[in-house]
Amino acid sequence: MKQRATILLGSAFVALAALAFAATRVVAADKVDPVADAKAFQNFFFQKFPDVKHEDFVNGPYSMNEDMKRQWQEKEEFPPYEFALDAGKEMFSTPFKNGKTYADCFPNGGIGIRQNYPYFDTKEGKVITLELALSRCREANGEAPYSYVKDEMASLTAYMAYTSRGKPMDIKIPDDPRALAAFENGKRYFYTRRGQMNFSCASCHVQSPGERIRAETLAPALGILNAMPIYRSEWSGMGTTSRRFVTCNSQTRAVPLEPQSDEYRDVEYFLSYVANGLPISGPGARP
Amino acid sequence: MKRSLALAMLLALSLAPSARAADEADYKAAYAAAEAASKEAAGLRNQWTVTVSALAAAKKAADGGDFDRAVAAAKEAEALAQASLFQAKTEKEAWKAMEIR
Repeated sequence: MKQRATILLGSAFVALAALAFAATRVVAADKVDPVADAKAFQNFFFQKFPDVKHEDFVNGPYSMNEDMKRQWQEKEEFPPYEFALDAGKEMFSTPFKNGKTYADCFPNGGIGIRQNYPYFDTKEGKVITLELALSRCREANGEAPYSYVKDEMASLTAYMAYTSRGKPMDIKIPDDPRALAAFENGKRYFYTRRGQMNFSCASCHVQSPGERIRAETLAPALGILNAMPIYRSEWSGMGTTSRRFVTCNSQTRAVPLEPQSDEYRDVEYFLSYVANGLPISGPGARP
Repeated sequence: MKRSLALAMLLALSLAPSARAADEADYKAAYAAAEAASKEAAGLRNQWTVTVSALAAAKKAADGGDFDRAVAAAKEAEALAQASLFQAKTEKEAWKAMEIR
């Protein structure tokens, strides 16, 4: 009788221990851990493309294809984004009607700060992208906001990116559950399939970088935003990060969200954070 | 024999699907169903461009008085909207399978 009770007690203890172990695993799986995510994300690409120098991932399709890379390097002698860069520099230094400039809205006068965007604003509880900050700067100074998908915004962000070239992406996630939720929401958006084509961002930029989709060579997701904004030959013009997201959604036959919607801001936060340490290469040029 | 043949023909005709042309009421019912599903998909932030196009095609055909085409386009829009709803619901959990860990 005593032996039976001992066996029963032992079994109950083992069952409880197993339950506790399983519960811990569930909690661990659900815990938002941006540091671990970024490490896993970078390792995935480093292992998948062992011959690509880590800092080269920011050059998108050119990091995947030697021929394209050589053509691009020649093109960089007279880069197609040069006009946008000049325009952006002039816009940046031209005072608003009230006499202030963009420099008054940003730390360090807006020079060499691209690598810190987007950031999480703990007062507002939301992600603030560079495009959004520029738009708010204009509005705060009595100017009409620019479209997030057109040339003026691309020119301004091109100039600001240029002043940060080579600086490692340095996105912070504060110890704030809302910031972690934004990161997680961005991650969810990135991996979620949408549109009639049933594609997620990851379908192209994680599963198939270096492969062709029609005539295009797909860029790796790692460092994809470090090159923004970009001149795209396909668009015959410059494109902002907002334009890139909108176009990607349309191509999968999903109705795009509003530029700078929470989802787009969050996915920019996620993608930028996992590229921490890789250099800013914007403005970029793409086929 | 003749009588039974006539009866059989009558029965066959009564069971055969009606081939009448669609009217405005058919279109309105089909469009309302498609629009409801489409709105639900939009509410889930998972609207498809092809659903919007099919809805627009249905309306255009109805405006031109072609209710057969309008009903067909509305039914296509509803099917597409239902597919986008299915996608949105399954992806709530399915996205995790794609995650790099």
